[in-house]
Amino acid sequence: MSEGTLPLFEVFVRAKRGLSHVHVGSVHASDAAMAVRNARDLYTRRQEGVSIWVVAASDIVASSPDEKDSFFDPAGDKIYRHPTFYEVPEDVEYL
Amino acid sequence: MSEKETGAAYSAYVLGLADDALIYSHRLGEWLTWAPALEEDMALANVSLDLIGQARSLLTHVGSLDGTGRSEDDLAYLRDERDFRNVHLVEQRRGDFGQEMARMLWFSAYQKALYAALADSADEQLRAIAAKAHKEVRYHHDHAAQWVVRLGDGTQESHERMQAALTWVAPFVDELFDDSGAAVAAAVTAGVGALPSSLRSPAQASVEAVVAEATLTMPATPKWHSRGGREGVHSEPLGFLLAEMQYLPRSVPGARW
Repeated sequence: MSEGTLPLFEVFVRAKRGLSHVHVGSVHASDAAMAVRNARDLYTRRQEGVSIWVVAASDIVASSPDEKDSFFDPAGDKIYRHPTFYEVPEDVEYL
Repeated sequence: MSEKETGAAYSAYVLGLADDALIYSHRLGEWLTWAPALEEDMALANVSLDLIGQARSLLTHVGSLDGTGRSEDDLAYLRDERDFRNVHLVEQRRGDFGQEMARMLWFSAYQKALYAALADSADEQLRAIAAKAHKEVRYHHDHAAQWVVRLGDGTQESHERMQAALTWVAPFVDELFDDSGAAVAAAVTAGVGALPSSLRSPAQASVEAVVAEATLTMPATPKWHSRGGREGVHSEPLGFLLAEMQYLPRSVPGARW
């Protein structure tokens, strides 16, 4: 079973209740059910998570690096979109 | 019988459980870098580490039960082959990946039934070890089941090899559920141990469910089956395994990290 025949899955782990799933890496697996188990063994060995999502890498549609100019640069001079005009309360840890 | 004498009488039973976990953890550790994929290297190493954890707790408990005060390291590294009490199943040489999954399927099914039964043990320490280990071995069983189903219900070659693997492991299964031996009798009388034959039906049910889902069939009852592991009579591969496992502490006594 060479790596080339096993599809790639992207792994998302939620560290604890109330947080979002965050992309942590990828695993090879024969199918999605095995991918969840492989992800459990690779990415939650030290109790990093309470929930795992996997998604076939081939199902992800991504923006292209070539489109970086038109996609992202126009936001550069719009400072009024940044939340810099009010103070964040001290206790809000995960904003 | 005093509490101390009772403990000494059933310590050999606990030693059997400890040695099963220790020896199988070593066999699984041998898969590192040999598994079909990096992900599987990690999975098998995880199972191996869980089993080492169980072996450490159980061996430490044995050292206090039998009154010798031996540490987990003394018991793991300074005993000879005839003093090991593991079943033949766990000491067999590493075969192909299908054989390993067949072995893990049976062994984890047995451990799952065992640790569930030990939840009622009169020995508080054993109860605590079993409660923690039960969660671990449920995952081991699930892992083996996932692979047996995929290999059994995969290509024609994987189906044939998985079926052959079930036949390979069959002669080593009976020994897990053997009630004979003074250690088992002492442990059951003290209300500490689980009668091995009582674990057979739940373990076999788990295995049969997986085998059916995998479109495989249970092999015919083998003509020969292994015996004697619980009395210290082992097959050839154990000596080689111990030579490797015990080499360092024996050539450099007291070595530390």
